[in-house]
Amino acid sequence: MPSKSNHEWLNATYRKAVERVPERDALFESSSGEAVEPLYGPEHLADWNYHEKLGYPGEYPFTRGVQPTMYRGRLWTMRQYAGFGDAEESNRRYQFLLQQGQTGLSVAFDLPTQIGYDSDHMMASGEVGKVGVAISSLEDMETLTSGIPLERITTSMTINATAPILLALYVAAAKKQGADLRKIGGTTQNDILKEYIARGTYIFPPRPSLRLITDVFAWCKDELPEWNTISISGYHMREAGCTAAQELAFTFANAIEYVDAAIGGGLEFDDFAPRLAFFWACHSNFLEEVAKFRASRRIWARIAQERYGSKSARSQMLRFHTQTGGATLTAQQPLNNVVRTALQALSAVLGGTQSLHTNSYDEALALPTESAVELALRTQQIIGYETGVGDVIDPLAGSYYVEALTDRIERESWAYIERIEDIGGALVGIEQGYQQREIQESAYRLQRLAEQKQRVVVGVNEFVTETVVNPEIMRVDPGVDRRRAAQLEALRKRRDGDAVERSLQKIRASASTDENMMPLLVEAVEAYATVGEICGVLREEWGEYREVLTI
Amino acid sequence: MANQRPIRVLIAKPGLDGHDRGAKVVARALRDAGMEVIYTGIRQTPGMIAEAALQEDVQVVGLSILSGAHLELFPRVIEELKSRGVDDVLLFCGGIIPHEDIGTIETLGFKGVFGPGTTTTDIIEFVRAHAPVRA
Repeated sequence: MPSKSNHEWLNATYRKAVERVPERDALFESSSGEAVEPLYGPEHLADWNYHEKLGYPGEYPFTRGVQPTMYRGRLWTMRQYAGFGDAEESNRRYQFLLQQGQTGLSVAFDLPTQIGYDSDHMMASGEVGKVGVAISSLEDMETLTSGIPLERITTSMTINATAPILLALYVAAAKKQGADLRKIGGTTQNDILKEYIARGTYIFPPRPSLRLITDVFAWCKDELPEWNTISISGYHMREAGCTAAQELAFTFANAIEYVDAAIGGGLEFDDFAPRLAFFWACHSNFLEEVAKFRASRRIWARIAQERYGSKSARSQMLRFHTQTGGATLTAQQPLNNVVRTALQALSAVLGGTQSLHTNSYDEALALPTESAVELALRTQQIIGYETGVGDVIDPLAGSYYVEALTDRIERESWAYIERIEDIGGALVGIEQGYQQREIQESAYRLQRLAEQKQRVVVGVNEFVTETVVNPEIMRVDPGVDRRRAAQLEALRKRRDGDAVERSLQKIRASASTDENMMPLLVEAVEAYATVGEICGVLREEWGEYREVLTI
Repeated sequence: MANQRPIRVLIAKPGLDGHDRGAKVVARALRDAGMEVIYTGIRQTPGMIAEAALQEDVQVVGLSILSGAHLELFPRVIEELKSRGVDDVLLFCGGIIPHEDIGTIETLGFKGVFGPGTTTTDIIEFVRAHAPVRA
């Protein structure tokens, strides 16, 4: 049989077919606007070397997965992000999720908690318990974790500016349960740089914020060895509109900033790097997302080994959590979101995620109802137990397209990482508004494409129906503000005010030093000092960050 | 038309919510449509927003909120605007706003409530059609 190249086939057979029946009117391109060819073949992998590009699961460069057994050993952790109202209501939701077979907790905090205001602060008004649970004191944390054995259940906390304080609260609650701190597992997001770029829950300026983050690295290394000290997150930048390659690149640029700060503070890379975790989004371009997850592991392995001279495999393996794309959910025809989420979740599993949150179909309308959350969890269970995709490790490896795409995303990401290096690193980029502008450009481009119907959103710009479906929605009890204010007032009367004051003075004194603040935070929260009181002192000492406006 | 002043719009993010993708896309689209747009950035108190509307002498105020605090924060923005005598601006809003809240929000004085999936073209047309004319 005569051999023919892909190129020859394209120019002859494919072109002729297109002349007869044209390609449908669609953009064949990646999220970054790169053209997708009709067919991929051996030519696309001409210089491709299996051992260099992929290797084996559990081995450098970890493209095929970080564990040797992957999902044959244990499925990913099914971890639904939840929290609303006060600690008591959220505790009930967690108990429900655990009874439904969820395998780890993921705590959503309300905005005042994330931004360092107690529930009774003026700035908290209207926001208490809305997007997550309100936690101001150890009393709240004890209620939140009541009946949940913290030695056995791992907990992920989406908390950034106030991460060290919430970690101190969690540790204090675990100690009260009599738990062995060496066995306590979980994650604090603790990633402030992406807050400046996209998510917006910053408090302090970058320098003291980085100090708090590296204090957590150093303290956990000795006191809480199983804790993932940070979850360096691309998710929110993706949700704000960036491309898949930008998601990786901006996240790794942030990672480099944290690692450099920790090394600058005297830590050894291989001592803290095994506890760094990552957090990716999964959006709807199925194969691009699979390729992105695989590329992310290879990029990190190279950063660890080549940039930081890592000798430990555990530092080089990129472990990540995934959440399906909130921004892909539609308010129109909300049940369509069940399908979107299932496909996105499948791409995360085929990409080798360590844990997964599946969004609920009603989240473009409000916080999810309990039944919608249950369906989202069932979606993961169906993928895990019925589809068989976890029976084989990295099953899409070797696909010409998937490997070519994995290489391309890696290349595009490196180009961005290098551009940010040239600017002077992630922080300088943020101060100049570079990442923010890049994200806005991508978001605007996506919006234009949807409005011109070059990007089809089913039920929104095509296949639209007139019937409006309004599913039952979840409402946070409007009385939560008053209830919280009363709880805090009672706590402030009951606690030892002098002990609180002393602990806050120590924190104030430590703000201008480089001592590790974690032990002082634990001492303060154990005296029932509140998140707002501690942040109030630090606001006075450090000031507040002001957003770089880029519009 | 040629000598008419461009429409001045304030796009604001009340409360603690940091989801600014929609606000920024709308601000950019209105600017591309020839309007003068002032974007406040995130974490604005109702007082700060009203003060900006007054100082910038805008005809239109658009609020974006995705944290679910709209029923608490929107009325306070209105109060602050009124207390400064700003009562002739076109008000619109967007974000994650349940369908059943739209009636309440319209009663407050918002002429447009734009949820997920709205096109910027619709918002541009809405602003052009309803913005009060300034001499």
